[in-house]
Amino acid sequence: MNTKASSFRKNHQLHLMLIPGLLLVFIFNYAPIFGIVIAFQDFNPIIGFKQMRWNGFENFQYILSLPDFMPALRNTVVISVMKIVAGLTVPILAALLLNEARNVLFKRSVQTIIYMPHFFSWVILGGIIIDILSPSQGIVNKMLGLFGAEPIAFLSSNEWFRPIMVITDQWKEFGFGTIIYLAALTAIDPGLYEAAIVDGAGRWRQTWHVTLPGIRPIVVLMAILSLGGILNGGFDQIFNLYNPLVYETGDILDTLLYRIGIEEAQYSVATAIGLVKSIVSFILIGLGYYLAYKFANYRIF
Amino acid sequence: MHLISRPYRMFLVFNSVVLAFLALLCLFPIINVLAVSFSSSSAADAGEVVLWPVGFTLKSYDFVLQGGEFNTAFLYSLLRVALGVPIGAVITMLIAYPLSKESHAFPQRTLYVWIFVFTMLFNGGLIPTFLIIKEVQLLNTIWALVLPGAVSVFNVLLMLNFFRGLPKELEDASLIDGASHFRTLWSVYLPISLPSLATILLFTLVGHWNSWFDGMIYMNHVDKYPLATYLQSILNLTAIPQTNLTLEQAILLKSVSSRTARAAQIFVAAFPILLVYPFLQKYFVKGLVIGSVKG
Repeated sequence: MNTKASSFRKNHQLHLMLIPGLLLVFIFNYAPIFGIVIAFQDFNPIIGFKQMRWNGFENFQYILSLPDFMPALRNTVVISVMKIVAGLTVPILAALLLNEARNVLFKRSVQTIIYMPHFFSWVILGGIIIDILSPSQGIVNKMLGLFGAEPIAFLSSNEWFRPIMVITDQWKEFGFGTIIYLAALTAIDPGLYEAAIVDGAGRWRQTWHVTLPGIRPIVVLMAILSLGGILNGGFDQIFNLYNPLVYETGDILDTLLYRIGIEEAQYSVATAIGLVKSIVSFILIGLGYYLAYKFANYRIF
Repeated sequence: MHLISRPYRMFLVFNSVVLAFLALLCLFPIINVLAVSFSSSSAADAGEVVLWPVGFTLKSYDFVLQGGEFNTAFLYSLLRVALGVPIGAVITMLIAYPLSKESHAFPQRTLYVWIFVFTMLFNGGLIPTFLIIKEVQLLNTIWALVLPGAVSVFNVLLMLNFFRGLPKELEDASLIDGASHFRTLWSVYLPISLPSLATILLFTLVGHWNSWFDGMIYMNHVDKYPLATYLQSILNLTAIPQTNLTLEQAILLKSVSSRTARAAQIFVAAFPILLVYPFLQKYFVKGLVIGSVKG
């Protein structure tokens, strides 16, 4: 049929449009996936991929024998879980407060300020954090000094390192995190509030019985989706703030992988760590999307 | 008329106070370090600066902008943005347009969507990606910073969802008039998607400006570091590196301390972000909400 032929000719253009994008993802996303084979080899960059000696799971056994591996795994999970919990409470509380603000100009100004840190990189924010937390000159220790406290080396202290990571992570992201909850809050049917008022509910009861149930689906969704990042822990942030003194509590899988892979150039070992991490993350993300689809009817595309 | 009860009025006051406190808490570290960057080195080193410069001076900025590695890196970052942003935008439009078609009109759509979305779910990891970039001879070239991230599936999905919200008649009318798909994308879709495109351009710009890790692993000399990477490389040093200083800098070194100089470097690096922030703010909320909680 004539129309079919012309539609084929036009679809031909659609394929054509996709070529540059496909080329890029094949080279930079799919080719590295095949490169994962070096996790099962004793890879030497000078010899290249082909004449490699296969060594089965030796690299994986080697990882387990590394004294740094188990602490890094533990730190990653602990820091991630702390961040996820903070990320599900602080932004929601802030969104609830913002939602109650009556003065539009004031509300806008607060939003403008709290969204801003999100757009700075961890290099810039890291520089600021290192400065304000400096034991000798930093403003935080100067202020603590007014109360007679001894200076604390926050970024070199195994007691303080994790809390500082969670707090500074919230500093960067809580404002941005409110956006999605504010959108959910404005989507609540105003009729529900009117009905609650007719039933004699005060402000608190409206919040408890209308507002919170209204945003529950999105909270559940965000919680499920955050599971996929449990082995991340925040490389950019930690890499820019940690030092050997806090490896014990602050070294995460990605920072360990960086030191082994880039600094020590043990390509095969680092790839093996990355592979384990990718597989676990893939399963968690897949599971997360499945659960999100099932319970919140959420689809990414 | 609404009657505002006394407890509610008190709540509103309390609410405003808490919100104002939160906002100030966010700003405080930034303002403190900004004040340090404008302070004299002696005041800064003695820890006297709080929210206002002590012994106001521009010497630290003089020092930073006097040339040398910092400037080279700044220019390299500009080059990166100038290449990366347009390339990213064109690629995004070219992917989003075909994928926004319905499956019955473009049967291979689903397969293509999966090819792109899969890259969000699984990747080769740091080392295999590094080795591929090396294999295709991109190490130490600007393309190592531009091409690997040129396809942003997040941006594609954002654009795709926008295209899907447009009336189908637009495309039909254009194709019946004999326009090609390229022509339709360029003359019909592009003009009406400018706000979404602006969102993507700004996201990409900020992304390129802020990226530092790729510069660190793909470039093996400071000459080719983008600004974020250069800043990262000197952030953890206790003193400003004294090699490669220009003569003016060597003289200025007497009146700046490593603390004030670093503070100035941080804000010079942050300045472009601050510059685009008002525009960013105008677009990202809408873009983000469309992209994530559509329908």
